[in-house]
Amino acid sequence: MTPQPNALELDDLVMHFGPVRAVDGVSLRIPRGRVTALVGESGSGKSTVGRCVVRLVEPTAGTVRIAGTDVTHLTRRQLRRHRSDVSIVFQDPAGSLDPRMLVGDIVAEPLRLSGRRLSGRDRQARVAAELGRVGLRAEVARRYPHELSGGQRQRVSIARALISEPNLLIADEPTSALDVSVQASVLNLLADLQRDIGFACLFITHDLSAVEYLADDIAVMYLGQLVEQGSREQIFTRPAHPYTQALLAAAPLADPVRQRQRQPVLLGDDLPSALDPPSGCRFRTRCPLAFDRCASETPAQVEYGGGMAACHLVQPDGTRPDVRAADSSEVLS
Amino acid sequence: MTTTGQLGDPPAPGAPALELRDLSVTFRTEGGIVSAVDRVSLDLAPGEIVGMVGESGCGKSVTAMSIAGLLPESARISGSIRLQGTELVGARDSVLRRVRGKEIAYIFQEPMSSLNPVLTVGRQITEVLQVHERMSRRAARARAVELLTLVGIPSPATRVDNYPHQLSGGMRQRVMIAMAVACGPKVLVADEPTTALDVTVQAGILQVLRDLRDRLGTSILIITHDLGVIADVADRVVVMYAGRVVERAQVTDLFAHPHHRYTAGLLSASPTPGVHAGTQRLQEIPGLVPVLSTQPDACTFADRCPAADARCRDAAPPLDAVAAATDHLAACWHPCPIPRTQPEEASA
Repeated sequence: MTPQPNALELDDLVMHFGPVRAVDGVSLRIPRGRVTALVGESGSGKSTVGRCVVRLVEPTAGTVRIAGTDVTHLTRRQLRRHRSDVSIVFQDPAGSLDPRMLVGDIVAEPLRLSGRRLSGRDRQARVAAELGRVGLRAEVARRYPHELSGGQRQRVSIARALISEPNLLIADEPTSALDVSVQASVLNLLADLQRDIGFACLFITHDLSAVEYLADDIAVMYLGQLVEQGSREQIFTRPAHPYTQALLAAAPLADPVRQRQRQPVLLGDDLPSALDPPSGCRFRTRCPLAFDRCASETPAQVEYGGGMAACHLVQPDGTRPDVRAADSSEVLS
Repeated sequence: MTTTGQLGDPPAPGAPALELRDLSVTFRTEGGIVSAVDRVSLDLAPGEIVGMVGESGCGKSVTAMSIAGLLPESARISGSIRLQGTELVGARDSVLRRVRGKEIAYIFQEPMSSLNPVLTVGRQITEVLQVHERMSRRAARARAVELLTLVGIPSPATRVDNYPHQLSGGMRQRVMIAMAVACGPKVLVADEPTTALDVTVQAGILQVLRDLRDRLGTSILIITHDLGVIADVADRVVVMYAGRVVERAQVTDLFAHPHHRYTAGLLSASPTPGVHAGTQRLQEIPGLVPVLSTQPDACTFADRCPAADARCRDAAPPLDAVAAATDHLAACWHPCPIPRTQPEEASA
């Protein structure tokens, strides 16, 4: 028997919107049952990657393979057969749930679209079971989204996403619109469901603390490209790319004593435009360590400690730069 | 309730720059009266950064709006807001106009919607200076360039002629801060100033706020839901819940020994470094922030609190010092136990 295909394979994915190069050559693999976080700031193209995977947009170039099937250019009709393989949960549950539909109909919608014939009673039972799985009472099926709290609505979108038993869940900033205490319950829920059901997950977010909590692997995106990939442990303890290092250093710790001992890494605010990305390394205009070669030559993706980093200062032997020592341009080894 | 609207005596040295006393705000809505802020008292010392934290619906933004005098018609405000001795609650418009922008300034979450898109940033900064400082156009422009330098905008002499859409989000927020501090206000109220920004940009904005305090002695009230931001910049913290102050302490005390159960819940709800779902669950706070029409004589957190009993539902706990001679206050009948192993002084 051939080994099971990866839940998701992206090869050199490109998505341009007119002149805007939102995604510019992203390759990524998510094995079955693993959670990969796609991290980046606004404008990095991380949400566009998610939209390409569920084919809300058709990629300009490259391939998207879900469970081994190339879905990059399938027509709407052809896609229908693969719709149940992948689901998406969006950031804003108020905007992604139809306000005129009952929660029960919203959650059952993927079953209807899958074309499988189900009796009304079976359908109701499936919906009730799914609501139960996300911690909602079955009565919620007869409510409208506006009658629910933000956290409950996000549970409804998770139930809708999981009712078709997908192998891959795209979670696009699923907790960003929620308050801290509600975030905790949604993160717990996603972790429980992922462990129990075993779906693979592309967790798209800018929230590094949530990433460390939920992800197995991490891919860091900057201006349409991946700059670093690695295991959670590697990214959080030995980040190699200056951007990853700056991102981790900039996220404040909820601990005043430790936070005030940290050395700040300040990047300029001026994010370059995806209309006209910088030559060479795209991060060079904000990188405290940039030198001549960064402008003239695009850094190759260097295999590094089981991961990858695209930076001229990273070597396969484990040599990596340190942005915190930017003044002395010191290099760690 | 004092509603004189007159300039008070000059503040005594060491007097607070901003003083809130029993500030309450209610709104008339279609669904009836909603009580948003309930008897909030707070002092902001000169050069102090106070962080106000809580989830949405806790009344923190309404508190900021009342200080700014920006509450809608449907709001009823009582209590006192004194800015260096001048009462702002019920003050005449002429008093407010003199004070706003000059003595007290505000920055809000969304810099794009707070800036005028058809005026250059320079024009927007000079407007404040010409109105309040009666500066000439030329002097105001020179000052605008200085201010842009102060808030860390590169090539300020060219940026001063940019329109808001030509700037990034972080730059726009820096411009907002430059406008806010143009007349050297004693107090700056910053309502979620970094929430719409990326973390790498946020770090720079927080640095600007710290610089202002260090260089100009500005007192800053920063309102945020982000405990990391509080841990980074605040000297003292006020925790709000359902319109009330439930805890107030020095920042290190609050994070090390939260007394109120809500504070403790907030602190343990966010993931901490090194923690993964495989080894530990996040602590949830069940339930929701209540929407109250009247403030009950009870603890409003009781329904969500693991330690609540009959007493919590019968009487509102006062905001009292948690021990003798401390500035750590909490409004809780059953505060979290203090961990026994304390490296600092042993509190008896």
